[in-house]
Amino acid sequence: MQQTQSADFTAVATGTNVIVQAVLAMALGLFVVGMVGFSHISAVHNAAHDVRHANAFPCH
Amino acid sequence: MHVFRSIVFAASLAGLIVGALISVVQFFGTVPLIQKSEIYEKAAADAQQKAAHSSGGEADHHHDAEWEPEEGLQRNALTVAANILTAIGFGLMLTSIYALRQRPVHWREGLFWGLGGFVVFVAAPGLGLPPELPGLPVADLTARQIWWVATAALTASALYLLILRSEPWAAVLGLILIIIPHLVGAPVAPESHVEVPASLSHQFVVTVVLTGLLFWSLLGIATSLAFEKVSRQRS
Repeated sequence: MQQTQSADFTAVATGTNVIVQAVLAMALGLFVVGMVGFSHISAVHNAAHDVRHANAFPCH
Repeated sequence: MHVFRSIVFAASLAGLIVGALISVVQFFGTVPLIQKSEIYEKAAADAQQKAAHSSGGEADHHHDAEWEPEEGLQRNALTVAANILTAIGFGLMLTSIYALRQRPVHWREGLFWGLGGFVVFVAAPGLGLPPELPGLPVADLTARQIWWVATAALTASALYLLILRSEPWAAVLGLILIIIPHLVGAPVAPESHVEVPASLSHQFVVTVVLTGLLFWSLLGIATSLAFEKVSRQRS
């Protein structure tokens, strides 16, 4: 029974397709965090300044 | 691309809620400490400028030319926005992992993935580069960023080996990967006189680590609940 249930859950899209999409989403996540927390652009840095310190991201 | 869409939708929803909640916590926790520290930072900068001026030297004050948010509403609004974006970014990473599991991830498992994020992104980098208030002496920014990112990446690989692999060699390698960046050592700040009281710095470290724990716990729970709901609706 449990097998059919989990089969239903994964039947929509399986295998490499899911992996490619998940890796893409992870890359997007890394990009967003990189922009907010690690950008050297001064205006971006100053805008997110308090958040950088509060997240212990490296800051000057 | 429906898996990608589900991940983005779930992460955005969870990130919006967690980012807003953690901003409220920061306004009572870290923000007042940063503002206190900035009083010392400003006083030290003023004194330096005065000294440079009286000795005829040129004051090194490049910050004047750079854009900064206005105090009050603008600065706080940007803090909320940056928190939401950070939560969405980290939420995308967590939700991608749930998708890779290819089975339902319940909130309790999501909580544990969140705690994993806390270890990878707060505890491990914070061991070498503790949370710092503005105005403290620091090493080169790029060097610290490289060490931070490398430490997070190695610790994430280590957690994968320790938790998701059952072979003994994986456990040994995992522990080694956790230790390596700390043996190499984080970039060291130059020695200099600091006006910011040590008690304020200590209080800041505790506040940041606890806020981080709350952030990652909430994010783990919120992303798993959101992704489960979104996936179920689409299947």
